[in-house]
Amino acid sequence: MENIAFQIDWLYGLIGGLFIGLGGAVFLLGNGRIMGASGLIGGLVDGSGWSNAAERIAFLAGVVIMPIIVLQFWDRSETNITDNVVQLVAAGLLVGVGTRIANGCTSGHGVCGISRLSLRGIVATVFYIMAGGLTMALFRAVLGWI
Amino acid sequence: MKLVIALIAGMLFGGGLVVSGMTDTAKVQGWLDVFGAWDPTLAFVMGGAMIPMAIAWVLTKGRSPMTGGNFPAPPEPKLGRNLIVGSVIFGMGWALAGLCPGPSIAAISFGGSSLWIFLVAMGAGMFVAPRVRAMMDA
Repeated sequence: MENIAFQIDWLYGLIGGLFIGLGGAVFLLGNGRIMGASGLIGGLVDGSGWSNAAERIAFLAGVVIMPIIVLQFWDRSETNITDNVVQLVAAGLLVGVGTRIANGCTSGHGVCGISRLSLRGIVATVFYIMAGGLTMALFRAVLGWI
Repeated sequence: MKLVIALIAGMLFGGGLVVSGMTDTAKVQGWLDVFGAWDPTLAFVMGGAMIPMAIAWVLTKGRSPMTGGNFPAPPEPKLGRNLIVGSVIFGMGWALAGLCPGPSIAAISFGGSSLWIFLVAMGAGMFVAPRVRAMMDA
């Protein structure tokens, strides 16, 4: 049974992934913009993207609204998020600083970059997955903290 | 029109994140947990997202965006230290909580106070990032 559950998760992953890619395709072909979450948020936070703030806010509003609609029909609200404040603050700071210094995250470098065979996107993705895997190994397998 | 398109794109992105399970931090940490109970779901999400996106990039050739303007310039082949250092820092934080920027926004309506703590910290990180970058370049 466990095996079947895993495969259904993969199928949900694939279907959800297609929608994520479709969103990126609409944003690119419609507005000529790259769908990078960290860039869209970061530009609002540091002021560098205020010239097209409305477009960024409209996009982010969509990102918030659709899950509310989906959750009406399908309880997909399990986040398993930690309640350890130190862990959350450290993680948030690292993600915020790191994505802005690298100029992209999983959506911008990962989805949009790799799909156009951008060397920067591919290298960034290799490095954040490797760093994530090593961090996971250290904190879970070795230290048993997370 | 630009705003409507942005809203639709955001809705597809946010819906896809929830359907794919990427707002579940256990699935993301499971993907990075190579020495534990490894969960390959994220690879299917990435793979699925690449398909429409790769087609979209092909369609940009010889065209303009629907609402005018130009498509983004071809990617710089230059790698640079910022790309590597930033990605390593991001990867560490990604593993620590199992959240990256997209899913952290998609989960706003149901992530509770833990998610808000992460979001405020991420915002603070993004706010100081230009200064960190300037220090690195100095």
